[in-house]
Amino acid sequence: MAAETLLWLIPLPPLAAFILITLVTSRKKALSHGIAIAGAGSSWLMSLLVFIQAIARPNLAENPIATSISWLPTGETALRIGVQLDNLSAVVLFFVAWTILMIFIYSVGYHNYGQPVGERDVPGMPPHGADVKDSHGHTHRVPSVEPMYSRFFGFLSLFAFAMYLLVVCDNLLLLYTGWEVMGLCSYLLIGFWYGKDSAKKAAMKAFMTTRIGDVFMLLGIVFLYTQAGTLNYREIFGNADLMHTLATTPAGFLGLSQAGGIGLLLFIGTVGKSAQFPLHVWLPDAMEGPTPVSAMIHAATMVSAGVYLAIRIFPLLSAGWEPGGALTPAMMVVGAVGAFTALFAATIAVAQNDIKRVLAYSTISQLGYMIAAVGIGAYTAAIFHLVTHAFFKALLFLGSGSVIHGVEHGVMHSGEHVDPQDMLNMGGLRKKMPVTFWTFLIGGLALSGFPIITAGFWSKDEILSGAFHGGQTVIFVTLALAALLTAFYTMRQITLTFLGQPRTEAARHAHETPWTMTLPLVVLSVFAVTAGWSGIPEHFPLIGGWLPNWFEHFTGAMLGHEGEPAAFSAVPLLVSVTVSLGGLTLGWLVYKGVKIAVDPLKKALGGLHNLLKNKYYLDELYNFLFIKPAIWISEVFTSRWMDRVVIDGILHAIARAFLWIGRLVRQGFDVPVVNAGGDALASGIKKGGAALQPMQSGRIQQYMVVTITLVMVFTAILFAILKLV
Amino acid sequence: MDLIGKHFLTIILFLPVLAALVVFCLPKQQVKVIRWVAFMASLIPLGLTIFLWIKFQQTIPGFQFQEQVAWFPAISSTYHIGVDGLSLPMVLLTTLLVPLALLASFSITDRVKTYMILFLLLETGMLGVFVSLDLLLFFVFWEIGLVPMYFLINQWGGENRNYASLKFILYTMAGSLGLLLSIQLIGVVAGSFDLPRVMEVWNNLQGTLLGLPVSTVKAVAFWAFVIAFAIKVPVWPFHTWLPDAHTEAPTPGSMILAGVLLKLGAYGFLRLVLPLFPVEAKRYAGGLVFLAVMAIIFGAFAAFGQRDFKKLVAYSSVNHMGFVVLGIAVAAVAAGTQHATLALNGAILQMFNHGLSAAGMFFLVGVLYERTHTRNLDDFGGLFAIIPIYGGLLLFISMASLGLPGLNGFVSEFLVVRGAWPVFTAATALSMLGLLFTGAYILLGLRKVLHGPLNTRWVGHLKEINLREVVVLAPLVILIQLTGIWPAWILGVINQAVTMLF
Repeated sequence: MAAETLLWLIPLPPLAAFILITLVTSRKKALSHGIAIAGAGSSWLMSLLVFIQAIARPNLAENPIATSISWLPTGETALRIGVQLDNLSAVVLFFVAWTILMIFIYSVGYHNYGQPVGERDVPGMPPHGADVKDSHGHTHRVPSVEPMYSRFFGFLSLFAFAMYLLVVCDNLLLLYTGWEVMGLCSYLLIGFWYGKDSAKKAAMKAFMTTRIGDVFMLLGIVFLYTQAGTLNYREIFGNADLMHTLATTPAGFLGLSQAGGIGLLLFIGTVGKSAQFPLHVWLPDAMEGPTPVSAMIHAATMVSAGVYLAIRIFPLLSAGWEPGGALTPAMMVVGAVGAFTALFAATIAVAQNDIKRVLAYSTISQLGYMIAAVGIGAYTAAIFHLVTHAFFKALLFLGSGSVIHGVEHGVMHSGEHVDPQDMLNMGGLRKKMPVTFWTFLIGGLALSGFPIITAGFWSKDEILSGAFHGGQTVIFVTLALAALLTAFYTMRQITLTFLGQPRTEAARHAHETPWTMTLPLVVLSVFAVTAGWSGIPEHFPLIGGWLPNWFEHFTGAMLGHEGEPAAFSAVPLLVSVTVSLGGLTLGWLVYKGVKIAVDPLKKALGGLHNLLKNKYYLDELYNFLFIKPAIWISEVFTSRWMDRVVIDGILHAIARAFLWIGRLVRQGFDVPVVNAGGDALASGIKKGGAALQPMQSGRIQQYMVVTITLVMVFTAILFAILKLV
Repeated sequence: MDLIGKHFLTIILFLPVLAALVVFCLPKQQVKVIRWVAFMASLIPLGLTIFLWIKFQQTIPGFQFQEQVAWFPAISSTYHIGVDGLSLPMVLLTTLLVPLALLASFSITDRVKTYMILFLLLETGMLGVFVSLDLLLFFVFWEIGLVPMYFLINQWGGENRNYASLKFILYTMAGSLGLLLSIQLIGVVAGSFDLPRVMEVWNNLQGTLLGLPVSTVKAVAFWAFVIAFAIKVPVWPFHTWLPDAHTEAPTPGSMILAGVLLKLGAYGFLRLVLPLFPVEAKRYAGGLVFLAVMAIIFGAFAAFGQRDFKKLVAYSSVNHMGFVVLGIAVAAVAAGTQHATLALNGAILQMFNHGLSAAGMFFLVGVLYERTHTRNLDDFGGLFAIIPIYGGLLLFISMASLGLPGLNGFVSEFLVVRGAWPVFTAATALSMLGLLFTGAYILLGLRKVLHGPLNTRWVGHLKEINLREVVVLAPLVILIQLTGIWPAWILGVINQAVTMLF
């Protein structure tokens, strides 16, 4: 099949799966997950086929796999939509296909397929577990299957459809469609256990926070559409005249050029979707979703879409910028937001005890890294980190889910009331859950940027080196600090979870999860190592040049010019190695001896620890600054005061005024004049009749006299009138 | 056959009256028969409209299926009807929503016969407005539509129905007063009420009229038109009749009120105000934009501030119709440009889209109310667990209302915003605040009804949505999805009118 046709088809199988599961198979669990995995599997297969064709095609950047159709009549012209695969979308498609398929397989085990139905389980609440009797008559408490098992796979399929659509489409409108549908899915999945109050709130928070970004993004899209007359990437970015005009015409606000203005409006969408400061608050709460499958969707796949957009619109953000020259205002904003977020989120991650929340903040921080890379013009480094991060973060999230699942098992066994997600309740799991441990370790080292062997090292190093060579010292130092903290909290996590001795009964009885969960871990851990090899810089000491720096050549071609490889300098490399190893060592030293469920840092940091633990009280601040006023404006100002008191008050006053006039007319005119006049008339006639009665005498002569007299009188009157006229 | 072919529109227009007569002759105890006769009869205009849609030529400018018969020769008013790309979608919307509303009315048990007759008369009134090409005829139908709706609210409405119905009819009549006077003024000046003729004469007037400069006379007539239509749309701040009327009306009445009656106002703007008063419209467009943005923002805020589910949906109409007005304002200022074309395409499509989603939302609120006898959002909670199909449908229609891409609402809002951005940049940016809070109130409704801990009060006796109710929603769901994915099916027709007219 032609690659163009395949490209159209890629998003469709999951969509079909969603429709089938929702309408037909919602009661059949095995059929539902079968359909879902078949759908995701077909998309995965087609994606890889297209990917292979794409990397084999010469000159893919100028000549992408693309096709489009006319979609919307707009006066004399029409808006076209279509699909395309260029270098950027090809690499994104690659990791999306893999991670999505892994999530699907993993979900089967995570939702306890094959386990008994819990006697207290209801839709909308996490399964409570079920009691089973073994052959010896002992009762065991085991995990029970998710009551809304099929629905989960339905939502997951819709999500996969949207993500694929976003990657393969050729214009911002379809991208926005995939973007928003994913937003809906994330809302549905975070609130999957809708019966939980916290899940309900988290779902709403996620949707609303990202929607703030989305409305700005919509403005960016219409702005761009207005100026360019199209939303197709190639028609815009490939049109040098247009880009020049956009770069040189002022936008009319904040002193930006049109390109910068459009770029920043679109970028606010990224800030929402990729959870960048100040719109990051939704992501940690999104961990309310079924652990960690949807958490992983939010953290490893969907949030990547935001960075993908930022990379996509790089030509707009950087319009008028020469590599090595001063950054455009738009790039400065992007770089500052990214770098600040990277450090800011890393500090919070240090003080979190929930295994998923640590990863959530780490995601925010790593996304900040990529955004910062876009801001400083390290285009290929941003894509590279996007790809490697997707693999190792997916691995970590799935690993954390495996951990929680194992500990939950222990909780059920021991009957203890401990939080199965709190790392302080764990410890020593490496022996109980070996596969999870080793894969998690690989993911954790990749996240920390452990030198040479992990993918994270290569991509992170490239960003640091980009910042250094670009002369962005502030960003360089910020990112280096963030990397140090990252290594520290990752080691903290690994130590608290897997090393040392179990700190609770539950942890003592935890055990390894089924193969449907561990297989994806193994697959992803392979990529968490090897993905880095595709982008080893040629100038790297010793091993540079062994493998071609394929990644940089491939994605760098998108910029239309061969990005000249930065001159090698030892400073960023040394820094990168130092912070990684230093952070890891520090984490190990601080946490290796933790015997009881208390964080040693709590005492050491004091009030600062509290501040970090409470996420700088930003939720409280937002509540006070935005949410409370919004509710007041809606309920009190608009509904009660403006509509009911002012507008209706005026209406009622008018009504009363008319009522008053009406009454006045009635009492001043109707009653005395009309009514009284009418009455007078009636009684007058009556009286007249009575008076005239004697005339009816019956005498003919008398009648004659009256008649003749009257005729004469009338004739006279008539004559007089005629005369006058 | 020729007779039918030549009087196609007339047949669509008066079939409901004929059906009402048939219902009138049925014995009033035969409730079932009455319901089915009314429902089946209302399907015929729908079928004919679909046929009309197929026969409609998108490439031909001007009105099609025209009929003109002498009606009131003394003042040169004729029975002149016809459709173009602007009115045809509205005709389709009407003939589609009426059968659905009638099917939704099957749960009404009180004085069914009178109810059905009123409903069918209402349909003719509404259709008449959309197909009239004569100003006097337009006015007659405009008023005819009012009366049945008044009685529907007043007789079959909720607790506060007297206040609501009175507010509805008095407010609209107040607007009609100016409308009638202006129509007469135009008729006298132009020597005809025939719309195509009026457009030629009226727009070429020079000098003085009735001793006043033409521009002054036109400005007065313009405002009379605008106020009448603004009340009907309703444009902020003329909107407060709407939450009352919508909330008190019986469910099918709300469906038609939101689905079709509000469109009459917007249609008036497009059919009469823009073509007859281009200069005035351009001059005062700034004011219109201000009102549109206020409607978008405060409609959303007000909806967010409600605890009554039906009121929340009612206020959402103010919010959504604000985008229609915004599109109209753009067309007034930038007539002839690409921006105006896009904005108008969006505005007309938004009218159609809002008709679908608002009708669906009101119906779903009604379904819940029928079962629980409460509309207070705080009385629900966690219902997704016991009524999953209802929940899924509510989610779907809510998302259409929210403007989720892939569903219909997004396409029209996108077009309006795109058209408005270069013309009224600041206002467009401000309206995004309304779009943000659209999300807030939609999610509020979903959260309060479907999510959260299950309110045990309803366990056991809250029944799932039934087949008849699903059938009511099915056409809406299909059209919402189709328009979201392939808007060209309707935009092709709308585009015809927009490129020819403006």
